Formats: sequence, C-alpha cells, structure tokens
Amino acid sequence: MIETWRDLILAPDGARGDTPPPTIAKVLNSALALVLLTGLVWVCLVSLHVDWSIVWDVRTALFSGWLVTLKLTAAALVFSTLGGFVLALGQRSFVLPVRYFSKVLVEIVRSTPLLVLIFLLWYGLGGALGISNDWRYIMGVFTISLFEAAYISEIFRAGIESVGKSQIESARAIGFTRPQIYRYVIIPQAFRQVLPPLVGQLVSLIKDSSLLSVIAIPELTQSAQQASSNNYDNLETYFALALGYLVLTIPISLWSRWLERRFKYET
Amino acid sequence: MKLSLQNVVKRFGTHTVIDRVTLELDGVHCLALIGPSGGGKSTLLRIIAGLEYPNSGSVAVNGKPIEYHDEALLRHRRSVGTVFQAFNLFPHLTALKNITLPLEKVHGRSKAEALDLAETTLRRFQLLDHSHKKPAELSGGQRQRVAIARAIAIKPQVVLLDEPTSALDPEMTAEVLELIEELKQEGRDLLLVTHEMGFARRLADRVALLANGTIAEIGPPEQIFGEPQSEITRSFLSRVLKY
Repeated sequence: MIETWRDLILAPDGARGDTPPPTIAKVLNSALALVLLTGLVWVCLVSLHVDWSIVWDVRTALFSGWLVTLKLTAAALVFSTLGGFVLALGQRSFVLPVRYFSKVLVEIVRSTPLLVLIFLLWYGLGGALGISNDWRYIMGVFTISLFEAAYISEIFRAGIESVGKSQIESARAIGFTRPQIYRYVIIPQAFRQVLPPLVGQLVSLIKDSSLLSVIAIPELTQSAQQASSNNYDNLETYFALALGYLVLTIPISLWSRWLERRFKYET
Repeated sequence: MKLSLQNVVKRFGTHTVIDRVTLELDGVHCLALIGPSGGGKSTLLRIIAGLEYPNSGSVAVNGKPIEYHDEALLRHRRSVGTVFQAFNLFPHLTALKNITLPLEKVHGRSKAEALDLAETTLRRFQLLDHSHKKPAELSGGQRQRVAIARAIAIKPQVVLLDEPTSALDPEMTAEVLELIEELKQEGRDLLLVTHEMGFARRLADRVALLANGTIAEIGPPEQIFGEPQSEITRSFLSRVLKY
C-alpha cells in the first residue's frame, strides 16, 4: 500500500491512471485542496474585515430567493427534459418541416448566449405579446427550459444514436412498429447512456438560472444583489449566495458521479 | 413452402445487387443460398423478409404476394421469423423477456400465454436454465439459439436465417447447426444463407448459388455439390472447399 511518500502524491501506474490511488492518498489530497482553497478565501475575508451579521440581517430575503430558485429550477428541470426529448425526436422525424424546425431551433439556441436569449425573449417576445409582469416567472422558466432543452436534445440524440443499427434491424424484423421500436428497444438502451450527461446538464441549469436576475425575477442572485445594494456591502452576501447554489448542485453532482460509475461497471 | 420471385431487381445507388432474379419453388422445405460474399445472398433474404424494398419485380411466399408498402410489410414481417448473424437479442432484456416481448406486443398474446410459450420453447432447446440471463451473460452459441427460439415462438410460416453461425467459433457453430437441423426435422420451412457448405449439402433440399446478383445455378444438393453444371459454381466450390 503506502511504502514511500511518493505513493501519497503520485498515482499508481504513472500516466495510465487505471488503478485508483489508495484511500489514504485520496483523503489527504482532497483535504489538502480544501485547506488551500479555504485558506485563500480566509485571507481575503480577513483582509476585508468581513462582518457576518450583515448576512444574518438579510437571511429572510436570501432564503425566499433561494426558494424561488428552487421552484424555478424544479419546474425548468421538468420542462427542459421534456422539451429536450421532443426536440431530439423532432430532429429524427420523418416529417421534414418538423425535422428542420427542430434542427434550426436547436442550433440557434445553442449559439446564443443565455443572457442574450433572456433579454430577447423578455423584451422581444414578451414585449410583442404585450405580456404583463405576472408572466415574469413563466417567461423565466420558459427561457431557461428552452435554453437547456437545446443542449439536452443533443444529449438525447447522442443516446439514441448510440443504440446499434443491428438492434433496430432486429426490432424491425420482429415486426415492431416505429413507436414500439422507440418504446421497447431504443429508449431503454439509450437511457443508461444518457443519464450521467443529463444530470450534468441539470447542474448547469441550476447555475444558469442565476442569470434570470437580469429581468428582475426575485430568485437567489437577484435577492442577494438587492440585499447588498441596500447596505452597500457585497462580499458577505455573495459568499452566502455561492453557498446557496452549492447546496443545490453538489448533491446532484455527486449523484451524477455515482451514476456514471454504476453504469460503467455494467457494460 | 412455396416461393416465387419474378424479375427481382435491387440497386443501391448505381450498384445493382440483385439483377432480375426469377425463381419458382414448390414443396421445398429447406432452401440454402450459397455463393461468394457480395453476391447478393443477404440482400435477397432481406427482400424476402420484408426488410428491403426491391426496385422492381415481385415476391410471393406461399402463394401470397408481398406488397411493398409499410403496413403490409409490417404484417409480412410478423409472419416470418428472421435470425441474423449476430446481435439479434436486445441486451437490456433477459433471454425470456426477449421472447415474450414480441409475443405480447406484436402478436397480442396475454402475459401468461407468452410466458408459457416462451418457456416451452426454451425448454425444448435446453435453454430454460438460462432464461433469466441477459445476452451478455450467454455464450455466442446460446445467444443464437435464443434468437432462433424467439423466431420460432411466433409460429412463423418460414424461418429466414442469415448466416446464423458466421460470428461463432466451430464448437458453437455445431450447437447452432444441430438446432437448425432439429427444426428441419420438425417440418419447419427454412431459408438459409450460409457459408457452411457441408451443412447446406446435408440439410437443404434445394441449393441456389448466387453470384453477381443472379442465380448462377439452382438444384438439389447432389447436383450442386456433385455435378455442378455452371462454371461459376465449379470455381466457387473449388475455392471454398480447397482447405
């Protein structure tokens, strides 16, 4: 196991890296990374004379923002996955207008920065439709769902394409209809390919939702900005802001890692 | 089985794979298609299986012409059993589920009926012990036998086998060929594309040699392997039987 100090800092087998390092080396090195990073943060905080009571004072505002983010992203999570699925199937449709509409939409959305898309949909589409302020949340969820759906559709498309041609051939020979081929052959097999990258995309969704603050949706980032502009102090609140997102994303990230490992062993 | 092909043509782009093939067979129980790679054997089988549209010509199985449009083809595919070289089974399903799924979803059997039929078939092929394994846990020979069991379970009018042993080592080839021979003895109608000359000779009651998209020669195995009439047959057999 651990024979020299080298075993603690160098992975076995040099560059190949197919053998995991010993547990003690993993723990020590992770701890080292954490100590370095927190040390850096600490130095900054000390030199800036932070005052945590500021965060405490705005805790209710931050918490209500956090709840809004939670609701927004929960809704967007469902809609973006459904939308991504529809767009992925749309890109494979036999009906050419549907196929090309899906392709063009996905390309345009993927080539547009989210910030720009939010402005365009809120001021452009929202303005043209003359929608009222009550629609702010709905437009927010719609925009973020559309943006992530474009990426998710590509993940699904790759998953569908990963199912071998011979499988589809076999299903045709049996006499399955096209919807049955999707239902019983393609989707169950694509599912395991798609799960880890899909979960990764959902982590991005949560982080991306912070941009909705620019159209004054009182989600977590907006609440933090509001709070810090009230008392002219940014850092403490932003620190709390980062933690608010981490609480949401880290469990999902860990879950995605776990899924990746689980499905790797099965194949 | 009755099989009738009239001037069947299949082109892929500018390349003609099947070139005006005409064939009339009646009362044949096992037709073997042999010939060089790229000669059109598999394409012809796929046309008869309803997986490929011919560019022109007509095909009739047991007196019933195949209509080449989606709905009719679906019905036709459901009436025949097709087994490919490899990857027939769905890897996410157990052997048993691979057989019951088409019975339930395509042939409208109840869950209990499908299970009963699948287990009966697996038992007959000595595969019952493996029924809860996924394809990855089965040997290549077992996989092909389960695939054949799946094709048989639907009681097809004819079983189409496209090089069913080409991806197997000799020992597994033997177990699959034995199974195919059993099917023949049960009186099932078979159409077999194969590179196993000895097997074709023993099993088939009619052998057709396809080369360059046409039937170079067709006849009983004694003729094809004993006194081949065509120069193409002679040169093909001398090449494959050399070693």
